[in-house]
Amino acid sequence: MRRIITLNTMNLKDTVKHGGRGECMTSCQSACKTSCGVANQKCAVPAER
Amino acid sequence: MIHQYKLNGYNIVLDTYSGAVHVVDDLAYDVIALYEHTDRDEIITRMQTKYPEASEKDIRDTLADVDQLKEDGKLFTEDAYKDLSLVVTKRKTYIKALCLNVAHTCNLSCEYCFAAQGKYHGPRAMMSFEVGKRAIDFLLENSGFHHRLDVDFFGGEPLMDWKVVKQIVAYCHEREKDTGKKFRFTLTTNGMLLKDEVIDFLNKEMSNVVLSLDGRKEVHDRLRKTVNGKGSYDFIVPKFQKFVASRGDKEYYVRGTFTHNNVDFTNDIFHMADLGFDRLSMEPVICDPKEPYALQESDLPEIYRQYEILAKEMLKREENGHGFIFYHYMLDLHEGPCIYKRISGCGSGTEYMAVTPWGELFPCHQFVGDQKYSMGNIFEGIKRPDIVDKFKQNNCYSKPECQNCWAKLYCSGGCPANSLHATGSLTGNFKFSCDIFRKRIECAVMIKAAEALRSNQQAAVNN
Repeated sequence: MRRIITLNTMNLKDTVKHGGRGECMTSCQSACKTSCGVANQKCAVPAER
Repeated sequence: MIHQYKLNGYNIVLDTYSGAVHVVDDLAYDVIALYEHTDRDEIITRMQTKYPEASEKDIRDTLADVDQLKEDGKLFTEDAYKDLSLVVTKRKTYIKALCLNVAHTCNLSCEYCFAAQGKYHGPRAMMSFEVGKRAIDFLLENSGFHHRLDVDFFGGEPLMDWKVVKQIVAYCHEREKDTGKKFRFTLTTNGMLLKDEVIDFLNKEMSNVVLSLDGRKEVHDRLRKTVNGKGSYDFIVPKFQKFVASRGDKEYYVRGTFTHNNVDFTNDIFHMADLGFDRLSMEPVICDPKEPYALQESDLPEIYRQYEILAKEMLKREENGHGFIFYHYMLDLHEGPCIYKRISGCGSGTEYMAVTPWGELFPCHQFVGDQKYSMGNIFEGIKRPDIVDKFKQNNCYSKPECQNCWAKLYCSGGCPANSLHATGSLTGNFKFSCDIFRKRIECAVMIKAAEALRSNQQAAVNN
């Protein structure tokens, strides 16, 4: 594609099948404590997904 | 749903439901903007007028590329998660993290403290080892299938109950052996009691340590004072530097709060970086809007500008070999959270709870002291399952204002405590916080785009 570069991202739809293990941290536990988001967290078991 | 924006010379297109990110040129940017609601011949005519150097074939090729991305599920992806969000709200949840408020007291008296100088609007109190031990048992008993369990030591100032922190950690290790579960620990401190013995322990046991520093001396000292009204900057900065120098590769964050007094907060972030700290976080103050330091709607344009300055400077510093991490710009586009995480919210009140020094349970540290949200205690368990249900059902699919928001799968509906404090309702829409959040995600994605293109260019040069 000459005019469009697509970054190498995971497809969220694929995680419907393999996600939900629940081993990740809860959102407010790391550095924020006052304004959580979820996107900047890590998956604890990406390889198993 | 897509979101298009231009930042720092990049034209970026986000596809909400797939998570795909595209960097495009001006013509493709305009084609994508028109694609869903404009006739193809009309798009070609408009593009030929605006970009006379582009041939018709070129424009048709771009349209074909957009067709392909749509077919591949990377652009204009439909929402496939509505049913899943209902399943998530009805699922059985288990607790996987506790915030142990080991000390409802503090050796600083910060004016903006959401915890009312550590006392949470109640009496001063310290957690005993017996309560801490029972809290760990409560966590284990209610952790279900979760293997990794998290314990945060929080306050007030948790190092004021340092001996109990050590005892609780030792007890967790004991219980790891008979349960097969694994504990991770985090501690948040103002640094006043950091000494060699404490540093060694934190480095050995804590997977993350959060160090509170607001940035420049005059900014920090203005609100973060000792009980005698003296600024704490000079006392804690050398301690933090010593701690970080000994930390190795283990996680830590130097975390600040910015207020109406320092809307130019990037100068505080750069100051922290210049002090040698490379894992930074800076949060907008949460307080009564009547406070003189409360952030105001009129601060927003400058806050947006500051986040852009920060993103650009981070790219520059990274290229020059002295980059740093900013918590809210951390995005893992390859291995980030799954869709379940993104639609189940932050976990407060369901998988994460706060425990007071006397063992009372609240949905999270920000609800402590609000009796309407007292959920039970670690001795008798959850007595208010209705509160658990309320939090379980609170996510980006249950809030009407989130429905058309492109960022909903990055935030999952935002912080319930912020919503409650700003709007009076857990499910209320705290627009100011949403506006800031969206800006941060735009900046974070721009950084990812810039890094990806930089490494593509490097690869091309190497080949």
